[in-house]
Amino acid sequence: MTATTRAPGSADTAAVRRAISSTPRPARPGPLSAALTFGWRGMLKVKHVPEQLLDVTVTPVMFLLMFTYLFGGAIAGSTSAYLDYTLPGLLVMSVLFTTVYSGVGLNTDLTKGVVDRFRSLPIWRPAPLLGSLLGDSVRYVVAGTVIIVVGVALGFRPDGGFPGAVAALALVVVFSFGLSWVFSVLGLLMRTPNAVMNAGFMAIFPLTFLSNVFVDPATLPGPLEAFVDVNPISILATASRSLMAGDPDGGAILVSLAVAAALAAVFLPLTTRLYRSR
Amino acid sequence: MTTHTALAIEASGLVKTFGEERAVDGVDLAVPAGSIYGVLGPNGAGKTTTIRMLATLIQPDAGSARVLGHDIVTEADAVREAVSLTGQLASVDEDLTGRENLVLLGRLLGYSRGAARERADELLDAFDIAEAAGRLVKHYSGGMRRRLDIAASIVVTPRLMFLDEPTTGLDPRSRNQVWEIVRALVAEGTTILLCTQYLEEADQLANGIAVIDRGRVIAEGTPGHLKASVGTGSLHVRLLDPARRAEAAGILERTVGTVVLEPEPSALSATGADAERAAIGVAELARAGVPLADFSLQQPSLDEVFLALTGHAAEEAAAAEPSPSADTLQEHAS
Repeated sequence: MTATTRAPGSADTAAVRRAISSTPRPARPGPLSAALTFGWRGMLKVKHVPEQLLDVTVTPVMFLLMFTYLFGGAIAGSTSAYLDYTLPGLLVMSVLFTTVYSGVGLNTDLTKGVVDRFRSLPIWRPAPLLGSLLGDSVRYVVAGTVIIVVGVALGFRPDGGFPGAVAALALVVVFSFGLSWVFSVLGLLMRTPNAVMNAGFMAIFPLTFLSNVFVDPATLPGPLEAFVDVNPISILATASRSLMAGDPDGGAILVSLAVAAALAAVFLPLTTRLYRSR
Repeated sequence: MTTHTALAIEASGLVKTFGEERAVDGVDLAVPAGSIYGVLGPNGAGKTTTIRMLATLIQPDAGSARVLGHDIVTEADAVREAVSLTGQLASVDEDLTGRENLVLLGRLLGYSRGAARERADELLDAFDIAEAAGRLVKHYSGGMRRRLDIAASIVVTPRLMFLDEPTTGLDPRSRNQVWEIVRALVAEGTTILLCTQYLEEADQLANGIAVIDRGRVIAEGTPGHLKASVGTGSLHVRLLDPARRAEAAGILERTVGTVVLEPEPSALSATGADAERAAIGVAELARAGVPLADFSLQQPSLDEVFLALTGHAAEEAAAAEPSPSADTLQEHAS
């Protein structure tokens, strides 16, 4: 190298030096403030990458249209009767599909190295995880709202009215908080975001179909019916249905909440441990 | 003042194994505060793993280290308060804009919303990313991204900064910009641990260098010291008349050192050339009336450093078998 003139850098060295020297260190943020900041990050991602939201809302809307108009008459006698039956279940499907993205998002962060930066900050360690949950909850609510609105547009008029629909959505969102930790663990264990997505849907897809979301389990062969009856997704769909009908099924609601709590109790600590050691 | 103030990093016997592989196999480091310290080595030598341990991202399997006087295992939070990390892959969020990235970090470091925004704008201006502030980072150029990455590391000026291969993959102009920023940081009192594959980069920036190979420090010293231990480099000469190469070789053999005839019929080089001997060699060629097209004195490349220190070439260091072959005179990075 025999460079005698240096290419002028466009970064202004004087300004860089000023920027470097002018930083009194503020006090560390509290745990809640840090988690909320990560929540804000989650919202920004929803804003910048709305395609993600599209993916998960389009599929259930497609199912809603297909099942209602193709099979509705055959299954329930009329499309409107079938819509009443299946919409609360499709709400469950729509929101649960969205939970897979909790794992996908976490895995994307890991592959991009941005997690390293977060982990090198003096902040409350679980803050990034809890914060992304906040961002996720926005996605859950949007996904759930879309399916309900489309349902109403197609003539869905539940007896529980608006409060019933809100209560059902709230229950499904709370359940999703519990379930999302399962996918977070998956997100920490697998190598690529795509692998997380595939594995996630491979699990959630059959579980959703082997439930009472689309058909009355009484019509199924015995062993299958037995499985469908104990599938937590069936129980959640039953609870959602009962809330929307304005006749809450306390047992199903309690079981749904208990399952969510159990999932969180097992997978949340596992997530934080894996996150720390990655 | 504690006894540790003179050293920003003190590591002894750091070990990290991944399965069978000992990625870091007993690294000792003593990095003086206020300097740029280079860790030089090929891919897979254990540089990044060492940094990840020192930055408290992973825990060592054996050995210990103190960063700015704090133990990296038992006082990890105190270490995190004082250091920042600039990763090999620019560790900024691609799905956010440049400004959002900086505001996010400002908030996480404890700034109020307004102060975080102000700080972000100040950094965006200083690092010449203001016009792209509202664009998503995934659309940034390599140099811009690296500048944002460094800006993100100094939202609060760290006392120690880990710079992991800051210029890998950058064009020369962007590389110079990054070097300017690094020099400015040190001038303001930050200690920098610089990991690099380029001897030239370490030579340009670092006050001290540790050469690392297969998870161990195999040499340590100032850049000059290191180059001296390797050999002073070589004098490259290109003749106007290829027919006189044998004659030129004789002169250089006498005045400089061992001569290597290069594939190009008019070119030859003499190893072991310091500046003075090279000058004499060139003068002798002129006196003998051998016309020159050009000549240059080249510093030893990382390859040559590695060959001298380890008996194997840098590119092969990551592979399983050392092969002390002579085919290291391929194209050099510089």
